Amino acid sequence: MLDALLLVPILAAALSLALPADRPRRAVLVVAAMLHTALVAATFAHPPAPAFGGLLELDAPGQLFLTLASLLFLAAAIYATGYLRAEGGGAKRDFQDGAVFQNAPERIFTACLCLFLASMTLVATTRNLSVLWVGIEATTLSSAPLIYFHRHRRSLEATWKYLLICSVGIALALLGNILFSVAFYDPASPLPSMDIAAMLPRAALAGKPWLKAAFIFLLVGYGTKMGLAPMHNWLPDAHSQSPSLVSALLSGALLNCAFLGILRAHQVLGAAGIADFSGGLLVLFGLLSMGVAAVFIVGQGDYKRLLAYSSVEHMGILALGVGIGGGAVFGAMLHAACHSLTKGALFLVSGNILALYHTRSCHDARGLARALPVTGALWLAGFLAICGSPPFGLFVSELLILRAMFAAGAIAAAVCYLVFLAVIFVGMSVTVLRMVQGPVPPAVHPPVSEPVVSWGPPFALLALVLVLGLFLPAPLQAFLSRVAGAIGG
Amino acid sequence: MELFESVLVALLCCNLAYLAISRLRVLIRLTAIQGALLAAVPLLFTGPAAHGHALALSLAVFAIKGVGFPALLARTLSRLEVNPVVEPTIGFHLSLVAGVAGLLFSLWLETRLPFPPGLFPPLLFPTALTTIFAGLTLVVARKKALTQVIGYLGMENGIFLLGTPLSGQGSVWLELSVLLDIFVAVFVMGIAIHHINKTFESIDVGRFCSLRD
Repeated sequence: MLDALLLVPILAAALSLALPADRPRRAVLVVAAMLHTALVAATFAHPPAPAFGGLLELDAPGQLFLTLASLLFLAAAIYATGYLRAEGGGAKRDFQDGAVFQNAPERIFTACLCLFLASMTLVATTRNLSVLWVGIEATTLSSAPLIYFHRHRRSLEATWKYLLICSVGIALALLGNILFSVAFYDPASPLPSMDIAAMLPRAALAGKPWLKAAFIFLLVGYGTKMGLAPMHNWLPDAHSQSPSLVSALLSGALLNCAFLGILRAHQVLGAAGIADFSGGLLVLFGLLSMGVAAVFIVGQGDYKRLLAYSSVEHMGILALGVGIGGGAVFGAMLHAACHSLTKGALFLVSGNILALYHTRSCHDARGLARALPVTGALWLAGFLAICGSPPFGLFVSELLILRAMFAAGAIAAAVCYLVFLAVIFVGMSVTVLRMVQGPVPPAVHPPVSEPVVSWGPPFALLALVLVLGLFLPAPLQAFLSRVAGAIGG
Repeated sequence: MELFESVLVALLCCNLAYLAISRLRVLIRLTAIQGALLAAVPLLFTGPAAHGHALALSLAVFAIKGVGFPALLARTLSRLEVNPVVEPTIGFHLSLVAGVAGLLFSLWLETRLPFPPGLFPPLLFPTALTTIFAGLTLVVARKKALTQVIGYLGMENGIFLLGTPLSGQGSVWLELSVLLDIFVAVFVMGIAIHHINKTFESIDVGRFCSLRD
């Protein structure tokens, strides 16, 4: 089954390249997304056997992130059908600097979308650190053309930054992996592979200073891709310049994949008995990310950058939760799920706003409640969800993390956490409420009705977050406990 | 001094020269020299009984890092008709100081880390780490996209060097680092620089200034 999970998007990519017309290509995208989600759902009913000689093996953390990536991809694929139809072909005028540009061919865009899903699937379905590294590198390769879909100066700038900064990050992660190999070096009985299953039982005997050095490089390397401050510089640019459905995938799925790389390393350090070291670093980077996000969210004039900085904040919360350990790990995993769904929905909604207002400025995009009633309502609901307001799932997860911080006696960290959350809530509410309220600018001509394909996917995602906030089914709770248990929670 | 150590010293000199050179063409030639030196490392490391794997790896590294990349860089340089002078954001002297500081730090770290006996031959660890530092310095201290790519390659060379002693241990890190090269070749070099030049009529990434907070 794991090989099918990987092959479905790869075949869809090949088909996208081969098909001559756009309409069947969009159908292929949606069908591939549905098939992928169905296969992922099947992994819950029947645990899949390892594939490709054990290189692919699904464990609970991988299954969580795979499910999130698949769900988000399905929402993005359905949204893409409407988006790509509206984009059409031919030359366009950039609404910001007036320059004429063209979009990348839809053939390439769709194929890269499918390959992006395949590479994320590879990351989530392997426990082998070498394969995981290859998968994360493949995500960069497949997502860069997606960021450069609108071929104008700003998207090129964002793509270059993304490529360069993330490539340096990936190279540092490779260095971290090599240091792991040094830590486990034993000429008498070499490690059979870089599989976590082989590493964990021998971790206690591995060289501690090398393990620590390896973790630092892996944290900085994968942390760059995850968007942890201060290595987050590429993130606001790439998220704001990509098409909204790509931003949704970057923020909701890709950042999680990089986080999985850090979690694997944390697992090894935990087995070696030095989880305090990796946990301490995660807390530090987590708080730093929240602090940096708070600074940039207050007074942020670009609503897509606002969402991007909010992703930096939430990646910080995830790192913080895992770093604190205990019950916070369960909270962090629930938070990962809720953040992915909410942020995915918010980016898709931001695409609707951008399509009507032709601006990313939150000062100019006003009167959403009147111009786009459904989108406006989703924007407001998404804001409440992402800021951790009840009754959405993020409220529960943030509260669980806070409770675990008090239980662990990390009072200073808890105070910083609360202050940052409060500042971000106020900062975001000013922007979001200003956009929802007020008169519609005269130059904007609202549509008579909003197509279902534009609001259906974000609505479904937000509904899921609401359900997760109101009621956490026992099987899901047990599953999240297994995920947290695997990471030391 | 053994041949292996001489190669490492030559690599160290390459690193410092990287940071002091102001002409792009010379920098590209230096990349070729560093690539060729690096190709010798797996062969020399395994000694006269070099098995087929080390030989294949050496040949691949020579073909990619010693010949392919420099040729691609030189072709890009001549096709783009860019100003052949390296434009620093951090001056040459300061870059050199950073390189020397990297070397000193690496030497100090070598005395602090408990190396597994027999894994790293003398000088290999500090050379590898200095190569990584020099590459990183080039990435952040130079304006042109082409120079950033060269810096990135330097960084990768350092990682390759560090992974060499592990190649007999069944790990695939060396092969993966070569894969990283191919990734850079296809993506960064072939496509991105071409687009940057087309769109900005320059490969000076200093013109990237529209995305800021």
